[in-house]
Amino acid sequence: MTTSHSVMAQLNTGERALALIGGEATDANLRRYLHGIPGIDAVGLEQRAADLGTRSIKTSSKKWAIDKIISLIDLTTLEGADTPGKVKSLVGKALTPDAGDLSCPRVAAVCVYGDMVKHAVAALGSAHSRGTDAGVRVAAVATAFPSGRASLAVKLADVRDAVDAGADEIDMVIDRGAFLSGRFAQVYDEIVAVKQNCRRPDGSAAHLKVILETGELNTYDNVRRASWLAILAGADFIKTSTGKVPVAATLPVTLSMLEVVRDWHRLTGAKVGVKPAGGIRTSKDATKYLVTVAETVGEEWLSPGLFRFGASSLLNDVLMQRQKMTSGHYSGPDYVTMD
Amino acid sequence: MSFLDYAPAPESQAVLNLRADYGLFIDGEFVAGRGEPFQSINPATEKQIAMIAHANAADVDMAVAAARRAYDKTWSKLSGSDRGKYLFRIARLVQERARELAVAETLDNGKPIKESRDVDVPLVAAWFFYYAGWADKLDHAGVGPTPSARGVAAQVIPWNFPLLMLAWKIAPALAAGNTVVLKPAETTSLTALLFAEILQQADLPAGVVNIVTGGRDTGQALVGHPGVNLVAFTGSTGAGRAIARSIAGTDKKVILELGGKAANIVFDDAPIDQAIEGIVNGIFFNQGHVCCAGSRLLVQESIHDDVIERLKARLSTLRLGDPLDKNTDIGAINSAEQLARIRELTDIGEQEGAERWSPDCVLPETGFWFKPTIFTNVSTSHRIARDEVFGPVLSVLTFRTPAEAVAKANNTPYGLSAGIWTEKGSRMLAVADKLRAGVIWANTFNRFDPASPFGGYKESGYGREGGRHGLAAYLKPAAGRSAARAVPPAEKTAVPRKKAAK
Repeated sequence: MTTSHSVMAQLNTGERALALIGGEATDANLRRYLHGIPGIDAVGLEQRAADLGTRSIKTSSKKWAIDKIISLIDLTTLEGADTPGKVKSLVGKALTPDAGDLSCPRVAAVCVYGDMVKHAVAALGSAHSRGTDAGVRVAAVATAFPSGRASLAVKLADVRDAVDAGADEIDMVIDRGAFLSGRFAQVYDEIVAVKQNCRRPDGSAAHLKVILETGELNTYDNVRRASWLAILAGADFIKTSTGKVPVAATLPVTLSMLEVVRDWHRLTGAKVGVKPAGGIRTSKDATKYLVTVAETVGEEWLSPGLFRFGASSLLNDVLMQRQKMTSGHYSGPDYVTMD
Repeated sequence: MSFLDYAPAPESQAVLNLRADYGLFIDGEFVAGRGEPFQSINPATEKQIAMIAHANAADVDMAVAAARRAYDKTWSKLSGSDRGKYLFRIARLVQERARELAVAETLDNGKPIKESRDVDVPLVAAWFFYYAGWADKLDHAGVGPTPSARGVAAQVIPWNFPLLMLAWKIAPALAAGNTVVLKPAETTSLTALLFAEILQQADLPAGVVNIVTGGRDTGQALVGHPGVNLVAFTGSTGAGRAIARSIAGTDKKVILELGGKAANIVFDDAPIDQAIEGIVNGIFFNQGHVCCAGSRLLVQESIHDDVIERLKARLSTLRLGDPLDKNTDIGAINSAEQLARIRELTDIGEQEGAERWSPDCVLPETGFWFKPTIFTNVSTSHRIARDEVFGPVLSVLTFRTPAEAVAKANNTPYGLSAGIWTEKGSRMLAVADKLRAGVIWANTFNRFDPASPFGGYKESGYGREGGRHGLAAYLKPAAGRSAARAVPPAEKTAVPRKKAAK
C-alpha cells in the first residue's frame, strides 16, 4: 500500500483500479494483485465475529439500534410468485412498518425483481426517493439473478430495463463460475459494463450493489478477493448473497467484507457500502451486525448509504422488539402486519 | 448519541451471597485464622469486599495435618473411579454456580466480566471434567503401571487467574490421589473460598482440600512445612527461586510455573487482521496479567508500519472501565503494588528512548487503572524488552529474516510461550521447532485446553501442568519400579563415557 491517499483520491474508479493493479485488468494482473492480499485465518476470523457478537446492547442503545436496523432494511420479495399486488403490499409495509406507531422509521428500500420495479415505483408514489435521501428507494435484482448464467447482452438488457423502469439501485450477481475458474478479468469487465448501464440519460446513475454469493465462493480468502475485485471494478456496495443458496450472510463473512471496505477507505479515501442479505431474521442477530460495522469501519457506516440488511422476516421481529421497548411487554406475530 | 458509547450493561451482583468475613477452610470446616485478618478489596473501586483470615504457621500446621489424615484414612483408600465421581461432581457444581463465580472473580480481581464468564470459569469446569476422567486411568499416565500418589501437595497460586490456577492445581492433584493444602494469592482469596463452599456441597471428604489464606509468611510456612510431599507454585520467578532454595535438600517434588516474556512473531505473509487480533489478545487479555502474555511483538520490518497503524486503530476501539460491565474489554489492574511496578517499568521504557503510545481513554477516578500501551522503537537491550511487566504494555521490535526472528525470540532468560503468525505452514513448523518455549501458538494466542501441557523453559520454571504430563507430576512410579530405575541398566554403565573435550 504505497500509493498515497491523496493521489488515489484524485483518480476516477477505472484509473484507480489500473494504478493499483499495475496494468490492464487482465487475468494475470488481477490474479497477481488479488493473491497478494493477506489471507484470512478462518478460526481467528470466526472467533473475532463471535466476540463482537457478545456485546451487550441494552436500554437506550438498544432503542437506537432497533430504529437504526429498520432504517437500514432493504425489504425484499424475490419469489417466482410475486405479483403487482404482492409488491404493493410490500411497499405499504415499507412505508408504514408499524401501523400502530407512526413514529416508526421507514425502511431504506424495497428490493424486487426487475419486472416489478414499475409496480413498486407506482405504489410508492411521492414517497419514492428518486435519488434523494428522503423516501424509500427501489432496488432491483438484475443480471440473470440469482445464477447469473446468461450472456452479457442479456444481463445488460436486464439492468437497462430495471433502470428505465425507475430503479434507484441495481443488485447484480457476479459470475461465480468465472471467478472460481480464475477468469477474474471477465468478472471485472462485467461489473464495469453493468455499472455503465446503470447510468440514466440525465447523467445520474443507479447505485450498484455487487452480490458475491459468498455461499458459493466457499472460502473466506475467495470472499476477500471477490470483494476487492468488485470494489476495484466500481461497486458502490458489496453484498453477500442472493438468498437463493443454502448458505447466505454470516457474521464472519460480513466482517471480512467490512475489513476490505475499511482497508479500501484507508487506501483511497473512498467509501463502499456493505449489504449482508439472507438469513438475518432476528433483532438480536441484526444488532450483532450493527456492532460489527461500528467497531470495524466506524459508526459513519451505519447509514443507508453505506450499510443495508437484505431481509424480509427481520422487520417484524424488530418491530416486536420495538413494541416491547415502548410498552414494556411482548406482543406477538398478530400485532405486527404481514407484508 | 454515539452508538459506540454503549449504554451501561452491568452484570448483576444479586447472584452473589458473600459473607462479611471468611475463615480458613481446614478439615472441611471454616475456622478462624490465628493471624491478623486482612481486607480483600475490589481493585476497580478500592472498596472492601470482605475480611479474610490470615493463617499463621500453627494454622498451616493444622491444615497439613488435616490433609495428611485425609490422605491416610480416606482419599488414598478410595478407588480411582470414586475419586473421579467427586471431581465430576465439583465440575458440575462449578458450572451450576458459574455466574456467581464469574461475578466474584471480577469483583475481586478486576478482570472484565466477559473474560471471567467466557474464559476463566468455563476453563475451571473443563479442567475438573478433564482430570475427573483421568482418575481411574492412572496406569496410562506415563509413569508405569499402578503408580501411587505423592501424598500431601502444597500449592501456592497467583492473583491473575485465581480460580483457574486453583483448578490447574487441585484437579490433577486429586485425580492422582493426593490431598491438598492450597494458598491463594493475598489479593484474590475470594473465589477459592467460594470454591470451598462448593467442596462442602460436593461432600468431598474432610481434609482432602484445605485452603489457607494469608500473606507471604503463610506461603513460606506451607512450602517449608516438613509434612508436605510436593510443592506446586505459580508466580514470579523471584518467588520461585526462593521456593527452590527453601526446598533444596528435601525430598519434596516441585513444580514451578514462573514468569515469561513471550515473543509474538508476525511474518509478512501473516493473515493480517487475525494477527492484529492475536497481538491484542496476546498482551491486553486480562490487562496483560498473564505469565504467557505476548509482551514482545516481533514484526517483520517490511510490514512494521502497516501493523502499527492497524494496531493503533484497533486499540482505539478497546473499552476500558467497570469490569462488571459486559462490554468492558480492559478491566482494572489487580493492586496498587502492581500498578506501581507497571508505571515504573513504562517510565524506564520512555527514559531509555522507546516511543510510547496509548489510545485516548478516560480512566476512572478510583481504583487501579493503566491505559493499554505500546512501545515502538524498542531495542533488545531495553528493560521493557527484557523484564516481565505483567501489565497491558507491548514492546514492538522488528526482524528481517526468520533466523533473526528466532534469535531475538529466544534471547530472553524466560521461555514460557511464543506465537507465530504466517500463512505458510512449513515456516510455521520450522520456526516453532527452533523456539525455546514451552507453549507455541500458531495463528492464535492465549488459548488454553486442559488436554494440553503448559510450562516453561529456563527461568520460566519446570514441570508441566495440564494434560497427561500435568497428571504425571502428581504421581510416583510403583515402589518396585522406582527402585529398579535407581540402578541404571548394566549394558549402559559398561560403556565408558568419553570425557567432554573442553
